[in-house]
Amino acid sequence: MILDHNSSRAGSGRSQPANDLSRRNFLQVGAATGGGLLLSLRLPVLGGEAQAADGSDFSPNAFVRVDRDGQIVLTMPYVEMGQGTYTAIPMLIAEELEVDLKQIRLEHAPPNEKLYANPMLGVQATGNSNAMRGGWQPMRQAGATARIMLVAAAAKRWNVDPASCRAQNGEVLHPPTGRRVKYAELAADAAGIPVPDKVVLKRPEDFRLIGTPAKRLDAPAKVNGTAVYGIDARPAGAKIATLAQSPVFGGRVKSVDDKAARAVKGVRQIVRLDDAVAVVADHMGAAKKGLAALVIEWDEGPHAKLGTADIAAELEQATLKTGAVAQNIGDVDKAMAGAATKIEATYEVPFLAHATMEPMNCTAHVHKDGCEIWLGSQAMARIQAAAAKTAGLPLDRVVVHNHLIGGGFGRRLEADGVIRAVEIAKQVEGPVKVVWTREEDIQHDIYRPYWFDRFAAGLDEKGMPIAWNHRFAGSSVIARWLPPGFKNGLDPDSTEGAIDLVYALPNFHVEFVRVEPPGIPTAFWRSVGPSHNVFVVESFIDELAAAARQDPVAYRSALLDHNPRAKAVLALAAEKGGWAKKLPKGSGRGASLQFVFGSYEAHVVEVEVSKDGDVRVRRVVCAVDCGTVVNPDTVQAQIQSGIMFGATAALYGKITLENGRVQQSNFDTYQVLRINEAPAIEVHIVKSSEPPGGMGETGTSAIVPAIANAIFAATGKRLRKMPVAGSQLKSG
Amino acid sequence: MATTINVNGVDRTVDVDGDTPLLWVLRDLLGMTGTKFGCGAALCGACTVHIDGVATRSCIIAIDSVGTSAVTTIEAIGATAAGARIQKAWLDREVVQCGYCQSGQIMSASALLAKNPHPTDADINDAMSGNICRCGTYVRIREAIKDAAQSNRQGALQ
Ligand code: FES
Ligand code: FES
Repeated sequence: MILDHNSSRAGSGRSQPANDLSRRNFLQVGAATGGGLLLSLRLPVLGGEAQAADGSDFSPNAFVRVDRDGQIVLTMPYVEMGQGTYTAIPMLIAEELEVDLKQIRLEHAPPNEKLYANPMLGVQATGNSNAMRGGWQPMRQAGATARIMLVAAAAKRWNVDPASCRAQNGEVLHPPTGRRVKYAELAADAAGIPVPDKVVLKRPEDFRLIGTPAKRLDAPAKVNGTAVYGIDARPAGAKIATLAQSPVFGGRVKSVDDKAARAVKGVRQIVRLDDAVAVVADHMGAAKKGLAALVIEWDEGPHAKLGTADIAAELEQATLKTGAVAQNIGDVDKAMAGAATKIEATYEVPFLAHATMEPMNCTAHVHKDGCEIWLGSQAMARIQAAAAKTAGLPLDRVVVHNHLIGGGFGRRLEADGVIRAVEIAKQVEGPVKVVWTREEDIQHDIYRPYWFDRFAAGLDEKGMPIAWNHRFAGSSVIARWLPPGFKNGLDPDSTEGAIDLVYALPNFHVEFVRVEPPGIPTAFWRSVGPSHNVFVVESFIDELAAAARQDPVAYRSALLDHNPRAKAVLALAAEKGGWAKKLPKGSGRGASLQFVFGSYEAHVVEVEVSKDGDVRVRRVVCAVDCGTVVNPDTVQAQIQSGIMFGATAALYGKITLENGRVQQSNFDTYQVLRINEAPAIEVHIVKSSEPPGGMGETGTSAIVPAIANAIFAATGKRLRKMPVAGSQLKSG
Repeated sequence: MATTINVNGVDRTVDVDGDTPLLWVLRDLLGMTGTKFGCGAALCGACTVHIDGVATRSCIIAIDSVGTSAVTTIEAIGATAAGARIQKAWLDREVVQCGYCQSGQIMSASALLAKNPHPTDADINDAMSGNICRCGTYVRIREAIKDAAQSNRQGALQ
């Protein structure tokens, strides 16, 4: 997802230019309790831009502390969900501070109740692939500032010119005299040094850590079973609960017969809510057994007859009306009138569940003095606010303990889980851990929206596009999640990947029509907007190439003369992917190209389609230009991960409804790519000194059209409705 | 009814219904949270443990069917030769992302390596396709298993 505001869309990079970052706005320095040096920073967080922008009210959300024992402690607003943030961000500080990565310790933010009393938290969230983009300048600047102050403290102590001193490996050296002193001994003095007016950051050629693969700091605990996720939290005396929510969105509990459930050994209590019933027990085994024994009658409410087909039909209708203009270049109508050929197509993408490996869960304890929450969240402040509201408590009475997240993908930006847990905890004596079954997790997810797209293009006599018209309808996640982000019928996420295309398209018009599906909540998902837009745009451009009887890569490339970074990644993917080489019958190669989340990425994919229409994705070659690479290993891992996630969606992903009920329930009906189906993946990273782009979500959007285009190359069949499964690809 | 099972070499007694899945006994009653819940239906492999050395989905194994078998979990797998090699290869290859599936992946991979020191790609597919990784770490899982097998070979040559 993307929450950059429109003003920052222009040009190649979306990260803030350095001169916007006057130190007053984002960095303060002082003494830490205990006498060390404390740097307080303001990092951009998802949805937090509004507060950060005015600059007058400095509200830090990240802290770098140089302790008197030499330990460097970082507290930051981004959470680790597997994307490697806990390793890459410390690298930025360590680089400028001249310490070893191992000297930096991370503390979960927010760390304690004291900070809760501080209004600093604002909207705090990790998402939008923005941790590296947001942290790139300020984190390095913080490291450099601390280093300069430590050097100045040493120089003062030795009574020498700071310019004759040098920082290295957690020490300040004075080469002329051979003296050296550890940061630990300087931390207290440094806090009293005036803050430097100007800090000069290292040149890329001097980077010692940035650009060199670094081991993940969180890995050891994750291979020996000691890592603690939200679902592993167990405050003393906690009971375990599981629940059944109304199978139809918007339904309510009419009656509950809980006699048999109460008789289950280990079941302690049945909690009835307006639209859900929970079984509280000594352990999950008893809670699940109790749940199965409940007889619940539901009042299904207004959506009892809803089906996916109704929603798709409504969206299709909506694309016949005008929408909000997301981008207009030139005069499409005029160009279309003069076109030699006209191509039209419609596309559809389904609802998708997140299906994070760690099922939804939240532990809550509501007691007379307040409320305590244990979970893994991408949006701590939102969790705290939701818990406070549900418990009827002031914010400062709610303590949230954050844990590792077993997969976020946008699901852990939502507060529905904490609301449920607090509703239940209000009726339970002592803490209660509410764990959703996988079936509840999939059937009561907040889904990636369904979208319907209508395209028309005009080609000139050479087959090149002279008019591009795209209108699409669907839900706006931002309108619900961050209402101020939805303006004039548009939001930056819904349109990312549909506008500001890499291609030179002289007459270009894109409209969005917001239509909310009745009763069905929609949410961010890995790559949200681009997961849809890149699929439709890159499929349609492939259709144009086919209509023009041109090679799909050459066709794209001809539209990229003004965009060297895009052209270069496409050429690299084509070369490494053996674009020109022949494939056996039944196999095909497809390409895609995108610029989203501030990174350029091209894929060349090989698929094999059997006579029965089964599709195997054999090989994916990816070329990426994500600006400066902080941790190359993380970039590669994230791309591999994003590709598997996108390939899962392309091949299998869909959530459908019938009679108001989600039809999928577990990994048998909501399939996920397995190791035996996983393609070989090659990642080629373009060397660049541009500011870093986001990497957590790009692979997901790029792979889907590449697969669809490869299927077209293999079979001549164009897939305009995702997923592939169920498509009519049989050739026999 | 009190039932005694042997987990990581230690006898543990719990008082639950005999049909209670082993997973919940481990996690909720014995506090061994390294073994994860993913689906509850033998579809994802997150809950994989070893029962007498065989990779088993603990979410569908009733506690009263364990008997005197030895249950080994992620907390103790590092004490076995295959487990230690797999864990090391996992770190060397930087396999983990969110990490949630990895206890189960490591248990499946260690069981494979213990009985088949030099697995082929097809062997790896057979042993590992019951373990879902939503973060898509499959490329590295395969590489890590091969590394661990390689270190096996080197160990044997010494
Ligand atoms: S939790 Fe046992 S296989 Fe998924
Ligand atoms: S590492 Fe996240 S599910 Fe496998």
